[in-house]
Amino acid sequence: MAETNKIGGADGAHKDVHTSTGAHGGSAESKFPPFNTETFAPQLVWLALTFTLLYVLMSRIALPRIGEVIEERRERIQRDLDTAERLKSDTDKALADYEKALSDARSNAGAIARETRDKLDAKVAKRQAVVDAEIHDRIADAEKRIQDTRTKALASVDEIATDVAGAVVKQLIDSDVSPADIRSALSKG
Amino acid sequence: MAADGHDHSPIKQFEIKELVPIDLFGIDASLTNSGAYMLVGLGLIFGFLYFSTGGRSLVPTRLQSISELIYEFVANTVRENVGPKGMQFFPLVFSLFMFVLVVNLLGMIPIPGITFTVTSHIAVTAALALLVISIVIIYGLYKHGLGFFGLFVPSGVPAVLLPILVPIEIISFISRPISLSVRLFANMLAGHIALKIFAGFVGLLLGAGFWALLAPLPLALTVALTALEVLVAVLQAYVFAVLTCIYLNDAVHGAH
Repeated sequence: MAETNKIGGADGAHKDVHTSTGAHGGSAESKFPPFNTETFAPQLVWLALTFTLLYVLMSRIALPRIGEVIEERRERIQRDLDTAERLKSDTDKALADYEKALSDARSNAGAIARETRDKLDAKVAKRQAVVDAEIHDRIADAEKRIQDTRTKALASVDEIATDVAGAVVKQLIDSDVSPADIRSALSKG
Repeated sequence: MAADGHDHSPIKQFEIKELVPIDLFGIDASLTNSGAYMLVGLGLIFGFLYFSTGGRSLVPTRLQSISELIYEFVANTVRENVGPKGMQFFPLVFSLFMFVLVVNLLGMIPIPGITFTVTSHIAVTAALALLVISIVIIYGLYKHGLGFFGLFVPSGVPAVLLPILVPIEIISFISRPISLSVRLFANMLAGHIALKIFAGFVGLLLGAGFWALLAPLPLALTVALTALEVLVAVLQAYVFAVLTCIYLNDAVHGAH
């Protein structure tokens, strides 16, 4: 039947003769085959049979099978995309957290430095006050001591003056003058 | 060669040959070469789709991706022409497309004395077209009731014109199954006749002495025609599927 038995040449043609005479189909040779109504029934019966079977096989087995795989792949891709999206947002969040922590740490560091400085300043001031007070005390002590010494020294001067005056008077007038008199005389003078 | 000209008649390839005589309640249900080709086509379609998706792998093998490609192609055709509601007809359109495609292509495989194209017979193409139109009418009536016949009344047309337009719409609707079946049938028939005639010229010229020098011309033409016929085989299957979708669209969505 095929086009090629012509292309194939004469030998193909003779083969064609044998096969066609061997077949049954010669009953309506005069008619144009597609319009030969005698052949409609077997064609339609087998068309109905094969096409129904094809439809059932396609709708029940083949198409769900392929559709399942495609659907599964689509879901898988969607899931992977979702996961990627989630991971990306996680990463972004972590990055933002890190940035925040960094700036927090920076401002904390400033605060700590300031606090430390203040603390140290207070300590220094306190210590200074203590030292100042101590120095002040010592100066006061020293001044008191000087004062004491001076009054003591001055008191001694009176005594010495009395003694010296008594001795001088004794030498000059050769009489004993009581120290009380001398003292009064001296304090008068 | 010239002596047995009758055997090389270009219409001989369309003969129905009885292979196994079967009588079914008085109906001639014999297995013919046509029926055998349908069975082979059925086997090829199911076999290919079944075994190519055997692995059901997420990363498809080559054969599996062919199956998926055809699946997606037909699914998109249905989705674009009928919409998501039309996906219930996807198995039907897919079966029609694959059936027509495979029997068309099987008819392009030359096996001397055997090759037969199922779709070159009006009985087959008319049966398929009637199946489609019956489904359109039955589903349309089931879905829209008598409103389905609103399909014959174009909207936005003055009432005066309706007596003219409605019969035209009815005639165009009735001519759908006819055009659907005749288009496929005539394409396959004419293509195979043309191939046979041009191929016949090669033999005739070869047997004509001096004129054998001209034989390569029809041979080249035959080769070109074969390529064209393969294209036509695929295209007609696609056209059949697309038109089915367009007609189903009327049934699914009612009057336009």
